[in-house]
Amino acid sequence: MAFGGPKRGGPGGARGKDAKDAKGGDKRRGGGFFRRRKVCKFCADKIDDINYKDVKLLSGFVPERGKVLPRRISGTCAKHQRGLRVAIVRARQLALLPYAAD
Amino acid sequence: MSNRTYELIYVMKPDAPETEVADMHKQVADIVERMGGAIDKTENVAPWGRRRLAYEIGHHKEGFYVLEVITGSAELMKEIDRRLKVTEGLLRHLIVRVDESSIKAERMRAKRTEESRRRRVARGLPPDRQPGEGPQGEDNDDSGDLMFDGGEMEA
Repeated sequence: MAFGGPKRGGPGGARGKDAKDAKGGDKRRGGGFFRRRKVCKFCADKIDDINYKDVKLLSGFVPERGKVLPRRISGTCAKHQRGLRVAIVRARQLALLPYAAD
Repeated sequence: MSNRTYELIYVMKPDAPETEVADMHKQVADIVERMGGAIDKTENVAPWGRRRLAYEIGHHKEGFYVLEVITGSAELMKEIDRRLKVTEGLLRHLIVRVDESSIKAERMRAKRTEESRRRRVARGLPPDRQPGEGPQGEDNDDSGDLMFDGGEMEA
């Protein structure tokens, strides 16, 4: 059982590798669908202090449009999403990040 | 009780001559000195200094960023904030208190180290990671989680 079934074999391996990049819950067409396990980047990388000066880090959570990437997409945990939001808002004030991009 | 650490970042117009930048710094330094604080650090080179703005401010596309780390009282920062608000030639400024969050981060880190030591001891390993234990040593807990998750999916 543990090794049988297309459900587990492929995705299981892929998941192990990609678990860290927290993007995307995706559906596979055809056979059953699976979710890639999302991991909070800040928990995984042990970033305690989400700093508004770290534009490189923050911009990963601000898609093109300029909005904050929702938790359901990024997989960030609630605690870190709160800190992330504050950091992004501060960075916006200093024009390090956009409020909105057209 | 009044020794708090703050970060002050201000953004000057990109066409401000060097003298103006130095003048601005001096103004801040004067207030800090007068009210019994200290400037711990000033940064105006990369990643600060001249850099592109994420959005246009008054037709400017670039700004000159300066970061100052200041130790002092709340009144001091209030005064600086007041002064910066009425200063022309500044596009933006931001004052953030940083000592509390850095202490918090420090505490979190200590807690995590302790926890990992406790777990390592419980598994019969020496508390600190040994040299040559491999880069995956840090991810021990993660792989456990993944396996658990796999089990969950089967259900």
